Amino acid sequence: MQHSIFIYILIAALVSLIIRAIPTTLLRRQIENPFIRSFLYYVPYVTLSVMTFPAITEATKNPVAGYAALVVGIIVAWFRKNLFETAIMCCLTVLVTEFFF
Amino acid sequence: MLMSNDYSLKLPENRRVLAQGMRDGIPIGAGYFAVAFSLGITAKGIGLRPITCMITSVLCHASAGEYAVYTVIGDNAAYITMAVMVLIANARYLLMSCAMSQRMAPSLSFFHRLFMGFGITDELFAISIARPGMLNPNYMYGGMFVSIPLWALGSGLGCFSGEVLPERIVSALSVALFGMFLAIIIPPARDDKIIRMLIIISFAVSFVMSKLPGVSSVPSGTRIIILTVVISAIAAILFPADSSANDSAHATDGSANATDSNSNTAANSSAGAADSIDNNKGD
Repeated sequence: MQHSIFIYILIAALVSLIIRAIPTTLLRRQIENPFIRSFLYYVPYVTLSVMTFPAITEATKNPVAGYAALVVGIIVAWFRKNLFETAIMCCLTVLVTEFFF
Repeated sequence: MLMSNDYSLKLPENRRVLAQGMRDGIPIGAGYFAVAFSLGITAKGIGLRPITCMITSVLCHASAGEYAVYTVIGDNAAYITMAVMVLIANARYLLMSCAMSQRMAPSLSFFHRLFMGFGITDELFAISIARPGMLNPNYMYGGMFVSIPLWALGSGLGCFSGEVLPERIVSALSVALFGMFLAIIIPPARDDKIIRMLIIISFAVSFVMSKLPGVSSVPSGTRIIILTVVISAIAAILFPADSSANDSAHATDGSANATDSNSNTAANSSAGAADSIDNNKGD
């Protein structure tokens, strides 16, 4: 079955809004449950990790360039460079690597 | 009429705060523009038009979230997959939103709360929460007004020029997004052993699952949801986050100040983003 792009985006927009605005509009006190707090705390790290690897190696024309970008990105981010600097370094790495391979 | 008069733009003070937000939104917007460009290339890859891409960017304005959106559309997955994927990819905003709710004047109107919630991104949250005292909505609106259009423009241009640019350049730009993800997860991993371990395990499991016969045919979006929920839940059981609260060493002044009324977890989650903002300001 072919899905409608319009409905896809509508769902995405609504969920994005709800998840951001539910606490600001409704929450007046702290979440107490330690499991939920811990779970929510770990979710961003796990989901971004799972999204990044191995997808980064499949995004480039040559997988070697993707692996190189991963390593460079980790090193650059380790030294607390900001989002923009890290992203640029990854791009340059792919550019240079694919020039040679 | 429904807006709280305290924050009316009729007051010069509020216009000044709005201008400050716009000023601080400029470096954020510049970074967004470049990263969104890469997102636009992804959108182009699954056949979206630039205008669709720009509308999505204004409505969702989240790198991981939008990447999830395009993954689901590319998979032609079920609508429920879209809802769950966006929920998972944006789960960290729930924490940020919780933190922000603790810094809002009790009298703040529903619509201010709604629009401020709508504006939450790693960066806008970080610069807003870093200011002392109760949050003035005008500051966040200033930041949103500058950075969100740049985000949308970047994604639209990326989507438009995806096929115009040489293949070599497209290949390079398509990793910008992953670079940004790394910039979010790696700095906290440096200070927190559990997060460091969690990232390594997530990489490893994700890699194995993408190669394993049978499992690898599961759409990538579904795989991301399952892995995220399972790994995070196991981590939450084994290592309750409060016991790792000593990792607040990397929290910035801004988010650390916010902890008097916030949970440690929320403050920690903002730390990576806040660090990047500090770097921006230092430039």
